[in-house]
Amino acid sequence: MSNIPADLKYTKSHEWVRTLSNGNLEVGITDHAQGALGDLVFVDVPEAGKSLKAGDSFAVVESVKAASDVYVPVAGAVVEGNAALSSQPELVNSEPYGGGWIMRLEPSGAPSGLLSAAEYQAHLDAEG
Amino acid sequence: MAMQKHPEKIIFEYSRPGRGAFGQWPTERHSPNEPASGIPANLLRKRKPLLPEVSELEVVRHFTKLSQLNFSIDTHFYPLGSCTMKYNPKACNQYAMLPGFLGRHPLAPESLGQGFLACMYELQEMLKEVTGMQGVALSPMAGAHGEFAGVAMIRAYHRARGDLARNEIIVPDAAHGTNPATAVMCGCVVREIPTKDDGDIDVEALRQVVGPNTAGIMLTNPSTCGVFERRIKEVAKIVHDAGGLLYYDGANLNAILGKVRPGDMGFDVIHMNLHKTFSTPHGGGGPGAGAVGVSQRLLPFMPIPVVGKEAGVGKDGDRYRWLTEKDLPQSIGRLSAFMGNAGVLIRAYIYMRMLGREGMHRVGEYATLNANYLMARLARAGFDPAYPGRRASHEFIITAKKQKDVLGVSAMDFAKRLLDYGFHAPTTYFPLLVPECLLIEPTETESKEALDGFVDAMIAILREAETQPDYVKTAPHTMTVRRLDDVRAARQLDLTWKPATSQGLRPTPENAVPS
Amino acid sequence: MPFNPQTPGDVEQMLATIGASKVDDLFDEIPKDLRIESLAGIPDALNEMDIGKLMSARAAQDGTPLNFIGAGAYEHHIPSAVWALTTRGEFYSAYTPYQAEASQGTLQLIYEYQTMITSLTGMDVSNASLYDGGSAVGESALMAIRAHRRSKSQRILVPTTVNPFYRKAAVSTVGNQGVKLEEVPCPKGSLSIADLEKYADEDVTALVIQQPNFFGVLEDVDALTDWAHAHNMLVIASVNPTSLGILKPPGEWGTKGADIACGDCQPLGVPLSSGGPYAGFLTTKMENVRQMPGRIVGRTVDMDGKQGFALTLQAREQHIRRGKATSNICTNQGLLVTAATIYLSLMGPEGLARVANACHARTNELLAALARVKGVKVAFDRPRFHEAVVQLDRPVAPVIADLARKGIVGGFDLSNDYPELGNALLVCATETRTREDIQKYADALAETLKAAVRAA
Repeated sequence: MSNIPADLKYTKSHEWVRTLSNGNLEVGITDHAQGALGDLVFVDVPEAGKSLKAGDSFAVVESVKAASDVYVPVAGAVVEGNAALSSQPELVNSEPYGGGWIMRLEPSGAPSGLLSAAEYQAHLDAEG
Repeated sequence: MAMQKHPEKIIFEYSRPGRGAFGQWPTERHSPNEPASGIPANLLRKRKPLLPEVSELEVVRHFTKLSQLNFSIDTHFYPLGSCTMKYNPKACNQYAMLPGFLGRHPLAPESLGQGFLACMYELQEMLKEVTGMQGVALSPMAGAHGEFAGVAMIRAYHRARGDLARNEIIVPDAAHGTNPATAVMCGCVVREIPTKDDGDIDVEALRQVVGPNTAGIMLTNPSTCGVFERRIKEVAKIVHDAGGLLYYDGANLNAILGKVRPGDMGFDVIHMNLHKTFSTPHGGGGPGAGAVGVSQRLLPFMPIPVVGKEAGVGKDGDRYRWLTEKDLPQSIGRLSAFMGNAGVLIRAYIYMRMLGREGMHRVGEYATLNANYLMARLARAGFDPAYPGRRASHEFIITAKKQKDVLGVSAMDFAKRLLDYGFHAPTTYFPLLVPECLLIEPTETESKEALDGFVDAMIAILREAETQPDYVKTAPHTMTVRRLDDVRAARQLDLTWKPATSQGLRPTPENAVPS
Repeated sequence: MPFNPQTPGDVEQMLATIGASKVDDLFDEIPKDLRIESLAGIPDALNEMDIGKLMSARAAQDGTPLNFIGAGAYEHHIPSAVWALTTRGEFYSAYTPYQAEASQGTLQLIYEYQTMITSLTGMDVSNASLYDGGSAVGESALMAIRAHRRSKSQRILVPTTVNPFYRKAAVSTVGNQGVKLEEVPCPKGSLSIADLEKYADEDVTALVIQQPNFFGVLEDVDALTDWAHAHNMLVIASVNPTSLGILKPPGEWGTKGADIACGDCQPLGVPLSSGGPYAGFLTTKMENVRQMPGRIVGRTVDMDGKQGFALTLQAREQHIRRGKATSNICTNQGLLVTAATIYLSLMGPEGLARVANACHARTNELLAALARVKGVKVAFDRPRFHEAVVQLDRPVAPVIADLARKGIVGGFDLSNDYPELGNALLVCATETRTREDIQKYADALAETLKAAVRAA
């Protein structure tokens, strides 16, 4: 059973979104996603300043046998990529909702279309 | 088994200053004392490179021992699906290595290459005949390189007609990864179509995706699911009617050699893996050869060089020459510095001449017979074919989903345990759409006893999976190494040997018996 | 069918197990009207004795002429051990080492190769090889575009001193992706900063530098590399591995070194063989490792902590990334890497340096001998290695044809690719040419040119 914190928002493509106190968003991949990928060996994080459209791929997470794009949940500009992941990609596995965050983003508008924890759980159940 | 069981040191660990294979070096007579005269000091090397300093015997022994750590066709049954690991006849190597072939410079005058060019011309002609195509170019150096040539020709064809909108390549979801990767390398967009439960592509889905942007479709037939695409003529019509072309991925040509030809199925361009169907060596991962064949309308776009023949006049015999940019001004160009893997092409030529007309028909027949026999026996032993009710082509898929669900033993575990029984593993987890997939291709050169031995091993492993699953899940147990830590390999990249990094990684001493 | 083991009895039993009455039934899913009955264009089978005779006759027809061409493919001494070992069935008939436990020999060999080739080039990491030196330039260009994120132009400068066959292969490789390979004319036979100045203020992704260049001339690699880096370009080096026995490795060019170094392993124990199979090499700095195409082998440990080798960073490759892979390449030239690794092991640092020195000395002797021939002039009086351009007083093609009749492969005619050089011929002598060979060539050329004067 994967961990789905109630205070976060989610996407159908398995990203989570946390609203920070300054209004910026922190984005990572869910516990379910890291579990499906297995031990990560590399995370390609975005450079600060880059502007992103919702639905773009902004990062790539690699395990030994798979590589997967991570998609932008909300349009905005990259404030910071998680530099720690370049030497410790395993943080995404061990702390998907904590030290394994992938980028922080300044949204260009109000977030919309994101799922609540319950809705994401229902989505996972439906995916089987 | 004759396998070398002990690890082998890294060659640098044998190195001692002052040692060398002196008999191979130029002597003082060849190499003057004042080296590099006339070369400015700032262009010269300051430190010598890290190359081993070892005797000739040390080199011979080291690489012989390394070779003994490999499975190969010459030593093991190698039923690796989609790879056609059949016997590589020794004659093909022996006669390709005659001094006249080995010593020929690629840019030597054609007058000093008529023997070689005659072989290449005849190879082109034979490949045209067995595939039903109108022209063949030999220069692509591997299957993926041939795919590249093929899709580039499709693009060039549309462009030459001024039809610039066609940039979509359709591929089935079960296709080899090279297909979409090639399409992208050629600047195209990939449109994927699903495979149905019976292994054929979804023709209705195909109808939905074709249109004015369709450049072409890439198909393997028999498909990567190990079955023949039964509605191929309908597929060809749909794509052609929409203005697209059909690309044949020749990975599975062995299945149908001498039985049915891609050209007759309606394909416009094909590549052939000569290292599969025509038995040139796989060489531990190359060199391959990915000759391409084309229909009439793609002839002007073939990659150069191609070998042409000018019929002899009077007492002069036929003359062969390279066709280049001047002869084929619309060519997609040169894909290699010279003419591709010429030495591999000679081996394919020798193989085809040894098979002859009759032998060509037998390849597809016996490859198919062996595959269907092996599938029937495995099905009776309790393994599930992925496409029951379908004929196997030259290969077939077993799904170990049941074993995984019930016993917790995966396709990978079966594959690894087979190594202990002296069989190379089948292809695992490809195609991706079949869960716990083992893609098995026995080839025509294996005897019935070899196939029976493989079935016996699979049955024995199934018994082990029922009684001691952990033993199977930690296989192999008799190789030089056990399962490797892939995660460490990728996280702590160690891609070159350095004296300082090797501490703690010394191999087991040769006289110690590994567990 | 020469290689089938199935007896008629086997076939009968196998069909019974399948539940088919004849082999033909196994093809009943193929539409009837597509089936073929005959392959009239294929000749009858030859047994090994007959094919041996045919191939021996064909090979003898091409003979073993005295060769003075280089131009990207070089005739060197090949130790007997190289191919005796390389053609062992365990190397020759093995597949790609995906099943690591059953492929440790090939995997360890590639790891040793990666070590040797990175040390020769002075770079950090190498892949397991590409097709050849020409396609390696194309793959290097694509890799530079991926690695140089701040450059948006996808423009790569390729001086005309780069092997024209490499340039053509590179253009075919990258042309469909909107990548622009721009030729930089080099009228003096080497690339100078003056030739590059007009690009100083433009967004250019990378500069290709070949050392020694196609004419055998040594480029001023330090200054060129520093200039390119100062103008925000990456540097792609295309180098001859034999020359690296004595020449400065690309990793040490200029202040920061080249970013990517590629070339062809052919000089390292691989026969000329009409152009292939050869093996392209590709090396780079660690920071670009994930942008490399092709296979890479890493050292790791097994479940018991014992050293072992495996393919690594596979998530870059087509079988996982499909349409998003770094390249569609899924092969390397494994057998040629095997030959090159054995060759480098036999030569060691000193043997390779001696080969390079001997090549250099022989080429200088060749030029001295040719310069004494009436009607021959040596072009580009600059430091050189390994080969050189000479200019004749008449068109080159008939001269080469006449030399061929005398059993001499006299050089590569440059007049198609470099018409501005006039009647120019590229010649090469490696350590395999003796003083007598060189004299024989000079005498034959003198005779040919004299006869041409008389005929005129």
